[in-house]
Amino acid sequence: MNTTNDNNFEQCLKCSVCTVYCPVLEVNPLYPGPKQAGPDGERLRLKGAAFYDEALKYCLNCKRCEVACPSGVKIGDIIQLAKIKYSKKKPGLRENMLANTDFMGSLATKMAPVVNLSVGFKPVKMVMDSLFKIDAHRTFPSYASQTFEKWFRKNAASRQDEFPHHVTFFHGCYINYNYPQLGKDMVKVLNALGYGVHLMENEKCCGVALMSNGLIDKAKRQAEGNVENIRRSVKVDRREVIGASSTCIFTMRDEYPHILGVDNADVRDSINLATRFIYRLLDEGRVQLRFKKDYKAAIAYHTPCHMEKLGWSIYSTSLLRMIPGVKLTVLESHCCGIGGTYGFKKENYATSQAIGAPLFRQIETSGVDFVSTDCETCKWQIEMSTSLKVKHPISVLAEALDVEATFRLNSR
Amino acid sequence: MEKCIYFYFEIKQQNVAAEKYCPIKWQYLDCDKYKQTEMKPIRKENEFDVIIVGGGITGVGTARDCALRGLKALLLERFDFATGATGRNHGLLHSGARYAVTDEESATECIRENMILRRVARHCVEEHDGLFISLPEDDINYQTTFVEACRKAGIRADVIDPRQARIMEPSVNPALIGAVRVPDGSVDPFRLSTANVIDAREHGAVVKTYSEVVSLIRDGQRIIGVTVFNHYTHQTEEFYAPLTINAGGIWGHGIAAKVGIRVDMFPAKGSLLIFGHRVNNMVLNRCRKPANADILVPGDTVCVIGTTSSRVPFEECDHLSVTADEVDLLLSEGMKLAPELATTRILRAYAGVRPLVAADNDPSGRNISRGIVLMDHATRDGVEGFATITGGKLMTYRLMAEWATDLACRKLGVDKKCTTMTEPLPGSREEEVKTTARHHDMKPHVEASAFYRHGERAAKIDARNDLDTSLVCECEGVTVGEINYAVNELHVHSLVDLRKRTRLGMGTCQAEMCACRAAGIMGEALGCGHKAQDDLRSFLNERWKGVEPVAWGDTLRESEYSQWVYNAVCGME
Repeated sequence: MNTTNDNNFEQCLKCSVCTVYCPVLEVNPLYPGPKQAGPDGERLRLKGAAFYDEALKYCLNCKRCEVACPSGVKIGDIIQLAKIKYSKKKPGLRENMLANTDFMGSLATKMAPVVNLSVGFKPVKMVMDSLFKIDAHRTFPSYASQTFEKWFRKNAASRQDEFPHHVTFFHGCYINYNYPQLGKDMVKVLNALGYGVHLMENEKCCGVALMSNGLIDKAKRQAEGNVENIRRSVKVDRREVIGASSTCIFTMRDEYPHILGVDNADVRDSINLATRFIYRLLDEGRVQLRFKKDYKAAIAYHTPCHMEKLGWSIYSTSLLRMIPGVKLTVLESHCCGIGGTYGFKKENYATSQAIGAPLFRQIETSGVDFVSTDCETCKWQIEMSTSLKVKHPISVLAEALDVEATFRLNSR
Repeated sequence: MEKCIYFYFEIKQQNVAAEKYCPIKWQYLDCDKYKQTEMKPIRKENEFDVIIVGGGITGVGTARDCALRGLKALLLERFDFATGATGRNHGLLHSGARYAVTDEESATECIRENMILRRVARHCVEEHDGLFISLPEDDINYQTTFVEACRKAGIRADVIDPRQARIMEPSVNPALIGAVRVPDGSVDPFRLSTANVIDAREHGAVVKTYSEVVSLIRDGQRIIGVTVFNHYTHQTEEFYAPLTINAGGIWGHGIAAKVGIRVDMFPAKGSLLIFGHRVNNMVLNRCRKPANADILVPGDTVCVIGTTSSRVPFEECDHLSVTADEVDLLLSEGMKLAPELATTRILRAYAGVRPLVAADNDPSGRNISRGIVLMDHATRDGVEGFATITGGKLMTYRLMAEWATDLACRKLGVDKKCTTMTEPLPGSREEEVKTTARHHDMKPHVEASAFYRHGERAAKIDARNDLDTSLVCECEGVTVGEINYAVNELHVHSLVDLRKRTRLGMGTCQAEMCACRAAGIMGEALGCGHKAQDDLRSFLNERWKGVEPVAWGDTLRESEYSQWVYNAVCGME
């Protein structure tokens, strides 16, 4: 809520480089493009709400325009704020279903087999398509029958205090409800490095899906709760907060203050992505890694848009490159098109696939064993749209590490 | 018996007594030879009922009023409409409150015209009201004087709580100690001029721009026409009419001087700054005696702070420039109204000359009445067929036109009442655009911008295909269709004219992106690429002239970038 107040949009020189980097504009002429939707549109909207264009909904908030902007204009933020302020479209049932990842997740995990079976079932897909306008080509990530939190409390929590160092792990909805394995990998790797892992008392979804689906008040409440928790972890427990999902981390660092007006300035630097956290420890000589001799893999790394915005993919790729048996190809940075829940919506399906097409071609011709990336929604999109599987860099580390040897190195 | 001045020349040639020819009934009334004979008027193309000199708002308003009352009017402008003071002011729809204490007559005129313009020129007006704020350094007692004077002049003035004022207008200086709400607003002078021109023309007026009056044709003690030099064709023409109205604003002084008549004007220069976007949504004024830089007006996509006031010599009126001291003054005073101005990008600086009628011993011109002055030079100077309408303000242009047209009607023996206070201008007649063909890709903000600028006349803008709806000026949302409409129908001869009809190049980038595109379209319309190139060059220089006094920060970065685009990419020097 400060982008207009600090006149940031006035720094725009109209060079238009953002329009070149916008993945949506390239495939969807209905979208006015970041320059028009952002700084140009902002001036007009100050005249009156009649100058708001509902086509701003086509923005998938990838922030590539902001990365491209040589003048530091927060184009993506301007567009998100305009949507919040002016859009007359109220979130419907579909938006609520897609956005409330926590609520849907806690329901679905209780009856995971039934839910997983039914949402994959063709007639159900057709109903969701016509009734909720969730595209039938999409497959929802399957739900786990046991949440990560539950597993952690039962199997890992008790021994975490024994480690010399400690971090707080923000697992996010995906790990908790859909893919606890990544959480388990995280605990395994961090423990091997001598770090005890702790969860927040009352972790809430970071809120990115709420924001993109127009449920701002709820997003703000959750953000306030999370920042409160983070603050306790950092200030009282002296534990940095790390996460596996680039989007969750990006949201909590930047979208909280920029879009939701939730101040996190005092703790922002202590919210970190797992790969960056580990790389920095290695770089400072505080931990060491020991890998299995026989681990071999050809991996292609995909840079998620929010990693591009954070400027952090270098940490993930550097970590992967440290593994002796890995042959790493870094794919040309290109949006996969999913944009979180964006690509699930029927009206965006074609745009979403068209955006991702060049990336899918790159992946199919790369000849690798699997793709690696830090974002779960990119993972879904790539798995839905190519023949390859996707693994998080932390999972790759967990597979490749000689855990015993690494632990011994780091506990000396 | 009316004096015949109608076809004075022909009659003279035919040796008919001029006095006996009725101008209105088209027949000789009292001449032996032609008595009772119906005469078909043989009107030549260069003969009119009234010639109006000056295409400022007063001139175009007078031309419209004359045309509405059935007079055949010729409007002559030496450059383009709204080139002088008309286009070089705040664009403030005065409530009159500013003059209430010092100049009651002007204040009363302002509020009356304010209410009329809200009705008849809806598409040129924004009705957002204004605040007169008192700061700790101001005398709060003045507020009482002010409010009383406003009420006396018929201006609604509500004293409001400073906290309430901050809610109503968040950009206002939070230190304010008092606020009065008045019915101020903003008015777009270019749009208003264009609407008057369109209506004048549609009622039979002939409009000629780039036609400079070089001399008045005199026959004894009577002005019977004008000699005009056309700046585009380089030809000299003569036009005749029984009445010539001088509506030249500050230049009216020079026009009258051509026949040895003194109209003492007081050229008071006022400088203003345009900011990159609307900082405020209500007009902000200081509640004190009118002084420098104490009005901040939001208008269209920008807001404007002004003004300064200083007397300049007549020679300077054509080459005004804004000095560094003026910029400093405008900024430091402006920040007191809205502190945010300190960090807001300034687009450009400009200056205009108020056409004040001179009074004695007032070096700044602040105390001169803004009242209207109509001079019938027959009674004043013994020269028939010549009148001057001057003084006044943008706000009271309609009333000035009414007065001037009343005089014309009296002189020509026409008995028609003025209707401009009720007759809406073209563009303000309908609530929405009625149109059939709209391209599916037309973006809502582009459509809204066209309606904002042209009212229901936006229906004349082609929007049938991708080309029509392509943006030329991205900052202000001007399409190819809109440019074509302006070029074809709104007397556009150059990119500067085009800017005034459409807001092309008036946005953040000051024509960096659009000038080149628009020049391409102009080149096609003019059928000459070289002319368009020259025009592009002078347009960019005109833009730079306004940027130069405020060239720092983002504004400087922008102009450096523009220079790079035109110099390195387009190969211009």
